[in-house]
Amino acid sequence: MSARIGIVGIGHCRFGNSSEYDLVDVIAYSANDAFRDAGGLHLRKEVDQVLVGNMAAGMFNHQTSVASALISRMDMEPCPAELVENGPASGASAIRLGYMAIASGMADVVLVAAGEVMRVVSGWEATNIVATMAHTEAEYNMGLTLPGFAGMFTRLYMEKYGMTERDLALVAVKDHDNGAKNIYSHVQLPVTIEAIADGENANVVNNYVAEPLRMYSTCPISDGSAAVILVNMDSPKAKLFPKKPIRIAGIASATDTHCVHNRKDPLVLDAVRISAEKAYKMAGVGPKDISLAELHDAFVIFELLNSEEVGFFERGKSFLGVRNRETEIGGRIPINTSGGLKAKGHPVGATGVSQVVELVRQLRGEAEEGRQVKDPKYGMAVNFGGFGNNVVTTILAKD
Amino acid sequence: MAIDALEAKLRPPADVLAPYPSKLITLASGEQMVVREARLADAGALLGTVYPLLGVPKDYYDIVAARMYSEILGWFRYRVANEFVIVGAIDGVIAGIVTSRHVKAGLGMSLHTLTIKRGLRVGAQLFAAKMEHHIDYLGEDEVHIVAESPIGFKRWMIEYELEDRSAMYPDLRHELGGVPTFTLTRKLWEAVKPVKCTGVRPVPAELLKTADKLIMPDEYVQLPGWKRGA
Repeated sequence: MSARIGIVGIGHCRFGNSSEYDLVDVIAYSANDAFRDAGGLHLRKEVDQVLVGNMAAGMFNHQTSVASALISRMDMEPCPAELVENGPASGASAIRLGYMAIASGMADVVLVAAGEVMRVVSGWEATNIVATMAHTEAEYNMGLTLPGFAGMFTRLYMEKYGMTERDLALVAVKDHDNGAKNIYSHVQLPVTIEAIADGENANVVNNYVAEPLRMYSTCPISDGSAAVILVNMDSPKAKLFPKKPIRIAGIASATDTHCVHNRKDPLVLDAVRISAEKAYKMAGVGPKDISLAELHDAFVIFELLNSEEVGFFERGKSFLGVRNRETEIGGRIPINTSGGLKAKGHPVGATGVSQVVELVRQLRGEAEEGRQVKDPKYGMAVNFGGFGNNVVTTILAKD
Repeated sequence: MAIDALEAKLRPPADVLAPYPSKLITLASGEQMVVREARLADAGALLGTVYPLLGVPKDYYDIVAARMYSEILGWFRYRVANEFVIVGAIDGVIAGIVTSRHVKAGLGMSLHTLTIKRGLRVGAQLFAAKMEHHIDYLGEDEVHIVAESPIGFKRWMIEYELEDRSAMYPDLRHELGGVPTFTLTRKLWEAVKPVKCTGVRPVPAELLKTADKLIMPDEYVQLPGWKRGA
């Protein structure tokens, strides 16, 4: 792949409760924010392609054709626009397709905007809607939800490798500490290990959601949006954007079986490992070159598993790295500096773009005080679609 | 205050209710919340805490604040029978308030739960404290509960799996306007108590002292930019 493609504008709203607002307005907010960051709203007329990441507007908001609606809301006709749906990896998939559009020569500037408004329904209904990504006959119809899956997954990992519930809580403490400093986080409250794991009240304060997963092992249900503007760095249009691009050094995806029970070992996330290997190869780097990573942690066990699959830790050892504080900012490999899905929130369709926005902020040196990784060179994002069965890995570089 | 004959006629009959013993809950943030029964002397701070939320329509704070304001005033002015108020305070600052009423032997009537400090399940802890008082300390067997906001419905009706008796007994209606009435029974309470109700007793004296004189919050997340006294 010879094209040099970079990110020249980023936009993000604060995740949380936007249920009073129309989904398209929520997405347009971040898209406009990205244009302002890139140099001005006039630049929207330079866009050759709009891609919108969204998982379930048809179910959450009774709305379809979201990309078409966004174009009109932003006065961007006749720009081509399509919706990208890949479950909770819709956002990263949209970026990947935007990359492909530029690499193919069909576009020089692509707006990728993604969002989800989930809190218009109850938490139980949201869980039900998200669960529709599971296999209909073998999983969903049997009553399996994503928290249920993750609970069993966590139990298996604990029995195999000796991890404890306290180790899960340590991940949450780290993520909430980061999220508390992130202006875009849904939950901006630090939590303590004493309160959620060690103390007398912990069993109630941090109650079970799907044993052994507790409330602080699980992401909140969030609304929100994020956007990035991709540019062919070698095209004349690149000169219209004053900020130095953050280059997409590697981007790749991989899939695994839809039914989790068809995998040889449910604790092995082939799609994560393969997409990461492909992204590393494309970028010409390896795990040791990565300065920070945003790893999809809808449940904190995923942060641990993903960090093993992408090569930061040996299999079954990631929780020991958390105990040793290796994944904190200032540690060997800072993970989820944004707070992750755990604290920043998880508006499913928006998450992949939000992760990339965080990497850009870090690589530009624009993260908030106390959250900025020192002199980062490469950032990695892993965005999960389904239960690890459709994964996108992105590696950004500060040239 | 001297109670003249007319005032005496205006007051509802009152039972002597068992006191609610204070407890201490360490929230997820590590902050320590003292949960104690409010005293009449606290009424000014309680009313002053509720008042700014009267104009917040989001998440039905307006209706809950308006009703709670009148309930606290009614309690302070002796116009509600057997009402009690429980408050949660962090470093003395009011984090949440609940109101409720003992109706008769065996029956309680939950009134309102108002969360000031959000994101730490303060309201959930105070609601549990209210139920604890009804069933464990006042000896009631059932508490009638309604929800006036979707959040309340999720927290109480769904999380506690309360019994919906509105269809079984259409004439049974909560005092709050006749909306569908749900019931927490002693059996249900015993089932959910281990995962819903917590707190350490006795509260260490130095911490209990911090909640002796309640402090009204200076700011509210529900009112961005609002500052008390500004």
